[in-house]
Amino acid sequence: MDDTDIILSVDGVAKTYADGPKALDSVSLSIRRGEILALLGPNGAGKTTLISIICGLVSPSAGSVIVDGHDIVSDYRAARAAIGLVPQEVQLEPFEKVLDAARFSRGLFGKARDDAYLQRMLTALSLWDKRRSEVKALSGGMKRRVLIAKALAHEPRILFLDEPTAGVDVELRKDMWAVVEELRSNGVTIILTTHYIEEAEAIADRVGIISGGRLVLVEEKGSLMRRLGRRELVLTLGDGEDLPPALARHGLSRSADGTFVYTFTEEGSLAALLADLAAAGVTVRDLETRRRSLEDIFVELVKNGADA
Amino acid sequence: MNWLAVWTIYRHEMMRALRTMLQSLISPVITTSLYFVVFGTAIGSRIEQVEGVSYATFIVPGLVMLTVLVQAVNNASFGIFFPKFVGSIYELLSAPVSYLEIVIGFVGAAATKSFIVGSVILITASVFLELHVAHPVMMFVMLAVTCVVFSLFGFIIGIWARNFEQLQLVPLLIITPLVFLGGSFYSISMLPPAWQTVTFFNPVVYLISTYRWTFFGEADVSLPFALAMIGLFAAVCLTVIWRMFRTGYRIRA
Ligand SMILES: Nc1ncnc2c1ncn2[C@@H]1O[C@H](COP(=O)(O)OP(=O)(O)OP(=O)(O)O)[C@@H](O)[C@H]1O
Ligand SMILES: [Mg+2]
Repeated sequence: MDDTDIILSVDGVAKTYADGPKALDSVSLSIRRGEILALLGPNGAGKTTLISIICGLVSPSAGSVIVDGHDIVSDYRAARAAIGLVPQEVQLEPFEKVLDAARFSRGLFGKARDDAYLQRMLTALSLWDKRRSEVKALSGGMKRRVLIAKALAHEPRILFLDEPTAGVDVELRKDMWAVVEELRSNGVTIILTTHYIEEAEAIADRVGIISGGRLVLVEEKGSLMRRLGRRELVLTLGDGEDLPPALARHGLSRSADGTFVYTFTEEGSLAALLADLAAAGVTVRDLETRRRSLEDIFVELVKNGADA
Repeated sequence: MNWLAVWTIYRHEMMRALRTMLQSLISPVITTSLYFVVFGTAIGSRIEQVEGVSYATFIVPGLVMLTVLVQAVNNASFGIFFPKFVGSIYELLSAPVSYLEIVIGFVGAAATKSFIVGSVILITASVFLELHVAHPVMMFVMLAVTCVVFSLFGFIIGIWARNFEQLQLVPLLIITPLVFLGGSFYSISMLPPAWQTVTFFNPVVYLISTYRWTFFGEADVSLPFALAMIGLFAAVCLTVIWRMFRTGYRIRA
């Protein structure tokens, strides 16, 4: 990978809050120009902390961050000018009007007033009709859009979206994905956090998983989805019955409670197993399929964290 | 310097004040008018001249200072406390602005608002009395200096305060006593010597003394010394603010 392709490089960043636990433990990460990275992780994993450090809201206890060639501490102006941040919580001045809020954000980042741009952007976010409304009069989903509008007001090259779709209905979620897609086509690099695996699946190029303050893995979406997409079939046979040799080729594993677990990804192989089961004439007392939850995967990844 | 950002913050703060301008002006005007009626007319008529002027005239500079100090501290502390309170401060902290630019924007706006209130009080006073100002230019300069210095102080309070109670505590518990004991309503020379010594630790004394000098040409404290003390107080406030931003005190984890 060419170095000039790296727009954000995080190196050994750690954070221990003054009155708290170790929130981040030596995270290193490189992000390519124009890619969309989804950060997944359970509550308290450190996602927001990582984003806050990159954006200048939290000082790191160790490590360094370079944004498009600019160190976030020694060259903070250039680094921050490149970044737009949509925080996890709705943090807006209630009495401010939507258009004023966007203008404020643009000016604060040192960009000359450009009402034509703001109009295009607010229109894309379906906020133009509400431009004269006070923020407090908007619904929760609309407030979230105002946050996005403020983050985009200065035309950032990197956009951080901290759980942009938490508490947002399906319709609005699709809208946001469309906005993200359009930003990407304009060359904006996007880092978002989410708890929804489908969301990462729908829009990300790469997926990172944070757990307990450590970046457990960063992987191309495709290969991760194959891993996450794995399903299990749990077989409970009649008392004392063992698996007939005819089924050995399917590679079932025996659990401690006497059930058999079959892992599969494609429908075809399941059909073959079922056919073999029927032919062998074993008593199947119960048959249950389950998709591994994100939680299971976190647990596994954290356990095997070292080799990920 | 990112002057556009400074201007953006300043304008934003001024616009917020505009929404509540009437309230911010009516209350100080009514309060001052009451002071004039009670101290100036009712009680003042029984008090002989102080430092060569009628008592009602004598208290004008102190009254202006009283109002302006409280306004500056309130405006500036609320100005920075509010984004902290609603959380919108995240944007200031993530913007390409230096602490100095943030301070100039917020303190500049708070000082402007207080300056306007101070001017309105002066106009109110001139309705009740005939005002003679010995050094008119210095009078406005000192008014501006006071607005800036105490807006700096208010800014510190706004960052320090964790809740609305703390935000109101300081003006109530510190500013009001400092102003009353700073010679708003009397000349420092009227105090017993021991109290005069205590008084010299009160930065408000220097402001009121100097301000009174711009009106009547006479001061309780020597002018250069008073100016030096005001400068010192401003420097202390700036240093504290600089330290706060450096360490992220109560704003950056
Ligand atoms: N300002 C703070 N002071 C002390 N501890 C904090 C602070 N902010 C976060 N923490 C702690 O740091 C850890 C990581 O928090 P963080 O908000 O980064 O998690 P997260 O991955 O964003 O979680 P979520 O999915 O719930 O948003 C948590 O244990 C949290 O309690
Ligand atoms: Mg979070």
